[in-house]
Amino acid sequence: MINKKKKELEIYLHIPFCVRKCGYCDFLSFAAGVEVRERYVERLLEEIKQSRELGQRYKVATVFIGGGTPSILEGEWIARILKQIQAVFSLQEDAEITIEANPGTVNREKLGIYRAAGINRISFGLQSTEDKELKRLGRIHTYQEFLESFEMAREAGFQNINVDLMSALPGQTLESWCKTLERITKLSPEHISAYSLILEEGTDFYRKYQGHQEYLPSEEEERLMYECTGEILSRWGYQQYEISNYAREGYRCRHNLGYWERAEYKGYGLGAASLLENIRMTNQTDIKEYLRGNYAKSEEHLTEEAIREEYFFLGLRKTEGVEIGIYQEHYQELLYKLQMQQLLAEKDGRIYLTKRGIDVSNYVFAQFIDG
Amino acid sequence: MASIDQNKIRNFCIVAHIDHGKSTLADRIIEKTGLLTSREMQSQVLDNMDLERERGITIKAQTVRTIYRAKDGEEYIFNLIDTPGHVDFNYEVSRSLAACDGAILVVDAAQGIEAQTLANVYLALDHNLDVMPVINKIDLPSAEPERVIDEIEDVIGIEAQDAPLISAKTGQNVDEVLEKIVEKIPAPTGDPKAPLQALIFDSVYDPYKGVIIFCRIKEGTVMKGTPIRMMATGAEADVVEVGYFGAGQFIPCEELSAGMVGYITGSIKNVKDTRVGDTITSRSNPCASPLPGYKKVQSMVYCGLYPADGAKYPDLRDALEKLQLNDAALQFEPETSIALGFGFRCGFLGLLHLEIIQERLEREYNLDLVTTAPGVIYRVHKTSGDVIELTNPSNLPDPSEIDFMEEPMVSAEIMVTTEFIGSIMDLCQERRGIYQGMEYMEETRALLKYELPLNEIIYDFFDALKSRSRGYASFDYEFKGYVQSELVKLDILINREEVDALSFIVHGASAYERGRKMCEKLKDEIPRHLFEIPIQAAVGGKIIARETVKAMRKDVLAKCYGGDITRKRKLLEKQKEGKKRMRQVGNVEIPQKAFMSVLKLDDK
Repeated sequence: MINKKKKELEIYLHIPFCVRKCGYCDFLSFAAGVEVRERYVERLLEEIKQSRELGQRYKVATVFIGGGTPSILEGEWIARILKQIQAVFSLQEDAEITIEANPGTVNREKLGIYRAAGINRISFGLQSTEDKELKRLGRIHTYQEFLESFEMAREAGFQNINVDLMSALPGQTLESWCKTLERITKLSPEHISAYSLILEEGTDFYRKYQGHQEYLPSEEEERLMYECTGEILSRWGYQQYEISNYAREGYRCRHNLGYWERAEYKGYGLGAASLLENIRMTNQTDIKEYLRGNYAKSEEHLTEEAIREEYFFLGLRKTEGVEIGIYQEHYQELLYKLQMQQLLAEKDGRIYLTKRGIDVSNYVFAQFIDG
Repeated sequence: MASIDQNKIRNFCIVAHIDHGKSTLADRIIEKTGLLTSREMQSQVLDNMDLERERGITIKAQTVRTIYRAKDGEEYIFNLIDTPGHVDFNYEVSRSLAACDGAILVVDAAQGIEAQTLANVYLALDHNLDVMPVINKIDLPSAEPERVIDEIEDVIGIEAQDAPLISAKTGQNVDEVLEKIVEKIPAPTGDPKAPLQALIFDSVYDPYKGVIIFCRIKEGTVMKGTPIRMMATGAEADVVEVGYFGAGQFIPCEELSAGMVGYITGSIKNVKDTRVGDTITSRSNPCASPLPGYKKVQSMVYCGLYPADGAKYPDLRDALEKLQLNDAALQFEPETSIALGFGFRCGFLGLLHLEIIQERLEREYNLDLVTTAPGVIYRVHKTSGDVIELTNPSNLPDPSEIDFMEEPMVSAEIMVTTEFIGSIMDLCQERRGIYQGMEYMEETRALLKYELPLNEIIYDFFDALKSRSRGYASFDYEFKGYVQSELVKLDILINREEVDALSFIVHGASAYERGRKMCEKLKDEIPRHLFEIPIQAAVGGKIIARETVKAMRKDVLAKCYGGDITRKRKLLEKQKEGKKRMRQVGNVEIPQKAFMSVLKLDDK
């Protein structure tokens, strides 16, 4: 057999269950009984099993178990899922294996099982350290519960922990946001994600606040919050590497970087997306269908044009931006315009968003969509 | 066919206020005379266009011939000429009436006489038609036929005691109408052997036959081979086919002689050659003089029509040309706007006509249009003595070259219940109306007479009238003439650049108010940009109002999970798609609907 080097692959596993749907959340997630959850895991295992051929060609660099709230599943089930992955694929020795967890849904035993199963990174969905802000968001936990969960994770041996935070919340002030940031930096997680609240159509928050922006921080305040995030976190040794992501040296999230760099990935579970050889596949979003074993839904062969556009609107999320490379000619005019508008800057053949460019990143990205 | 006895022909039309049941009665007559069974009838046979059915109005004159066996045992030919029902098409109505010998006046048993009832009746009486009243909708609980009969006699002064009381909807007593037609409507006169004299009351374009002329033969006879001439346009042709109107089809016949209504074809390529109201005669045996009453239809309302997608300009031109084949009143000529690119300045009979054309372009030709604010024709008297007929505000000469300007006025009649007289008078006052008088129809209703500038009523007057009278006021107007007026051009500057397509002419006294409202409206319509955008209204270079669109502070997308790029991509595409529907002026993107926002400035 020719010793052909296997390509790198990222794996995403979607667990669409949560204790209760939060008012702002438009991810594919919902509350479900234990029986549905169990059947789902069985199907997930079966779906993974169908990838033997893929396992021959790829070596896994990262695994990300996201949701929903994956940590509401029994610890053993998570272990079974990872065992199945290992049965089908070979994992790199230093593979990054992450699980998302909600404070209050983990305990020592569960965390121990995670560790034993090979999980080396845990991502806590905290959002805020103010209990009244958490309550308004519809979160199921308190700050105190988070502190306990965080402590347990450290004790279980997790040396790579992320904390998700959210700014621009109803009733949040610049002061309370900075307080949240400072409390968290004192805990010293390796990674912090800090997103702004976006009102997504179809959510309770959208119905409640779209016509009542007065209950939300103004755009000015929201941008100030964003600026403070960068300042405070950099003071504590967190380097920004993406619009909303900050990490200590050596702890950038390899899995998410993969999405922005158009690495190849395979998603399993309800609504999960894959990108393999420039073919994008999306799974079924209907849980009933999924439980019947109908996993795949659609497949799109990306055109040259789509690849080029994605390269920019994904890559530009990163602080270091992207190399212009072969696209110099195609976007010459646009790049000039965006630089004149001071939304983009160029250095050593790479372009990246300026501070103003980050504020209106959506506008900048849309410019790269042709046609 | 030559043996048809003039005494057995009845040429008539139905006149009514809108919604009083004209088309329904027409359907009933067609059904009862056996032309179509009710199964074959689609509701309102005569309204051909989808638009007409949807809006419940008749846009083009329609004609149908049916045979009725009367109680006297004889068979009569009924030529029913359905007339357009809107003030925009007043001239068409008048020509259709001239083709008839009598008119059925339909009055709603609940609503009684309305503004258009009067306008149409007077028009019919002007043409010496015998008017035969019919009281419709007697099945309504609110019907008061006795009161309406008295009203007709009092207000119009025609005999109405024996008017049939009917329900066109249920068919009740429609037979009585048919008998009355035979009895009351006079048979046509005219000498089949005299020189040909035929009145054109409509024409349509057919891709195979060319123009099909709808006409009423007043004198003489026309048949295949007759060499004809249109007396006003001078166009000539040889008749290829003559015939009459079945339900939705043309039925050829040998000849048409004095007293008959039918159609003529003759390989005529352009509907402009066959103008409504013109007289057809024979070149070999011409009549001495044309029939009276011809006038060239004048466009009253103008606006710019632009394709939303500049590349569709040739498609728009083709579509306009095709529509014009059937609509001699539609005028257009190419124009260029800095903001909107290549398009056409189009002339219409009125706002309804404009809306109809716009809708047909969008629906039947699948075009996406940007329409500029409609305006009227202003007369600009220059100091040099020249007079310009101004249809596009952008072409207004420099104020230093203008001696004075004139604007068109209309005489308007508004029928209103007495409780709303005050608010309607206020409305007319706001629109610079000049009070001419008021007549009480009965204790609770009055007819208000005003002279109004046409430019004050073309956009939203009708809506305002309806809303301030809770829908009870009715309205009719006719062109009066031009008067001198203090008019100014109101310019709109967006990010300090004048946007030609947003300029309009307005009376000096209302310039400030309109400018202010316009800026407010545009502020809401124009999305935020990366920079601040001032919106200003100016008259003669002087800024009279200002609003500001604040700069966009942030525009960020939410996190995506599990590499679901497709969803993110769709959001970006949607944003980009939205841009396509914008017009770039300088470095500002203006949504297309902003160009029409001037239409909706009345916020009462």
